[in-house]
Amino acid sequence: MAKYLIVGGSAASIGAVEAIREVDPAGSITIISEEPCPQYSRPMISDFVSGKADFHKMKCRTDDFWKENNAEALTGKKATALNLTEKTVQLESGEKVAYEKLLLATGGKPFVPKMEGSDKDGVFTFTTIKDAQQLAAKIDSINAKAAVVIGAGLIGISVTEALMKRGLKVTMVELQEKILSLLLDAKASDLVEGVVKKAGVNIVTGQSVQKILGTPGNDGVVGGVILTKGDQVPCDLVIVAIGVVPRTELVVGTAVKTNRGIVVDNTMQTNVPDVYASGDVAEAYDFIMNQNRLLPLWPLAVLEGQIAGYNMAGKKTTYIGGTNMSSLKYFDIPIVSIGLANPKEDPALEVLVKHDAERNVYKKLVLKNNVIVGLTLVNCIERAGVLFYLMKNTINVKRFKQKLLSDDFGLATLPVGLQRKMCVVQ
Amino acid sequence: MKRIIAKQEVCMGCGLCEVYCTVQHSKSKDIIKAYNSERPKPISRVRLEVNKPVSFAIQCRHCEDAPCVTACLSGAMQKDEKTGLVTYNQEKCMGCWTCIMVCPYGAIMMDQQGKVVAKCDLCQGFDEPACVANCPNEALVFKEVKP
Repeated sequence: MAKYLIVGGSAASIGAVEAIREVDPAGSITIISEEPCPQYSRPMISDFVSGKADFHKMKCRTDDFWKENNAEALTGKKATALNLTEKTVQLESGEKVAYEKLLLATGGKPFVPKMEGSDKDGVFTFTTIKDAQQLAAKIDSINAKAAVVIGAGLIGISVTEALMKRGLKVTMVELQEKILSLLLDAKASDLVEGVVKKAGVNIVTGQSVQKILGTPGNDGVVGGVILTKGDQVPCDLVIVAIGVVPRTELVVGTAVKTNRGIVVDNTMQTNVPDVYASGDVAEAYDFIMNQNRLLPLWPLAVLEGQIAGYNMAGKKTTYIGGTNMSSLKYFDIPIVSIGLANPKEDPALEVLVKHDAERNVYKKLVLKNNVIVGLTLVNCIERAGVLFYLMKNTINVKRFKQKLLSDDFGLATLPVGLQRKMCVVQ
Repeated sequence: MKRIIAKQEVCMGCGLCEVYCTVQHSKSKDIIKAYNSERPKPISRVRLEVNKPVSFAIQCRHCEDAPCVTACLSGAMQKDEKTGLVTYNQEKCMGCWTCIMVCPYGAIMMDQQGKVVAKCDLCQGFDEPACVANCPNEALVFKEVKP
């Protein structure tokens, strides 16, 4: 019997373990994890493929993380069934683990659309260290020369950069008309596209892959792809990087309410008492969209895990919410995008833009009733956090609106009262 | 814990805090070498904020609930529960800029050369941080403050 049972060992689970131990030093914690060593940084798997980071560098917590937190980890084990009446989780082996409080932190699995040939040798997804290890090994073993990356979002661009660094010729295929379309408006996307193309990446937008081809000698091995419009692109590898879908399998058929992910309240509890969910599997609150939605992002998963952990351990804590927020380092063009990046025409929204083509700098703010609800910064991100603070705390920026996008915007631009509140001056 | 507080009303905006911070965090500890020849180029972890006539210096606040620590993708940012410091391990940094995205103070600097970040460490091992010790108008004070 575990006082706290956590299914999953990655970001949300880490946040939860740390939060539980802050409140309850003694209550037993058990973790069920499919991976042997989950406390590595999944966002770093592209650095692993490029050779910038080895597995040791990717460990975002110590090797003894569970031991130090007096938690029992059942690694390499898969949870197969949840019984809400018995309050147990069953493992593949048939063994049952009973709980008082349960956290579902099962994460997401890569989405692979129906595509002829997707079972060929040389097709990869890109989520776990195992994916990265297999991809890196494949590049070496077949001396891969060319790859097609399907999807030009966060994962797509990260794996594209890694493959370029390994010397491969990469074609990035994106169904939307623009790359990074969830993070950037058309203008910012064009700017970034220019940089990525200049690095040698072939970008195809408005199309997808309809078929993965074999090689002339062996149909079971990737030899190329056929795009929507019929063009063929020869390649040795295909990486499917479209996104992740929540792993809700465990709660299917139970009373736990799901939408696209598991629905939670602002304490991360599901509709079933004592059952919580956090991370990529959960639909948590988005304070910009003012609704619960899937936001599969590492920092939010840690935060949601923390909130769940506190509440499970009895410290009532409310999640103020996250939003779509990412920072990107790829192709040496730093990007921060938070909240509404590319809203539809709306008289209630005010858009401030500054574009410096010479320096490749693009800044955009979306305001609603003089409160920042969207923020895009390209190649000039050092003050992003100050703007995010104004956004998160719904600070009225009317009095200093004109200065928000100026190059010398900073804490000194803020009203003295706010500076005092932030304790930056006496 | 002791933190650095800016006295905005006596800050002249001279920028010496940035100079001494840069030298303190250089390999050579020599002002000429630090600015002219040292590679990678040392960078200041304190930033002079100016909106004339207002100016003051800002550096990592070592927050109690540090958003950079929660957000850090690689484990490079940690909260030292004993000292209260927010510590930064450059060896672990992947240069993803997530900490920059969430720092309310804009107090985490980009080290573009190294593709990592840099931030104030309160000059560990010294009585006083270099910016405080060398502020000619005593516009920076190092004292116990509640976060």
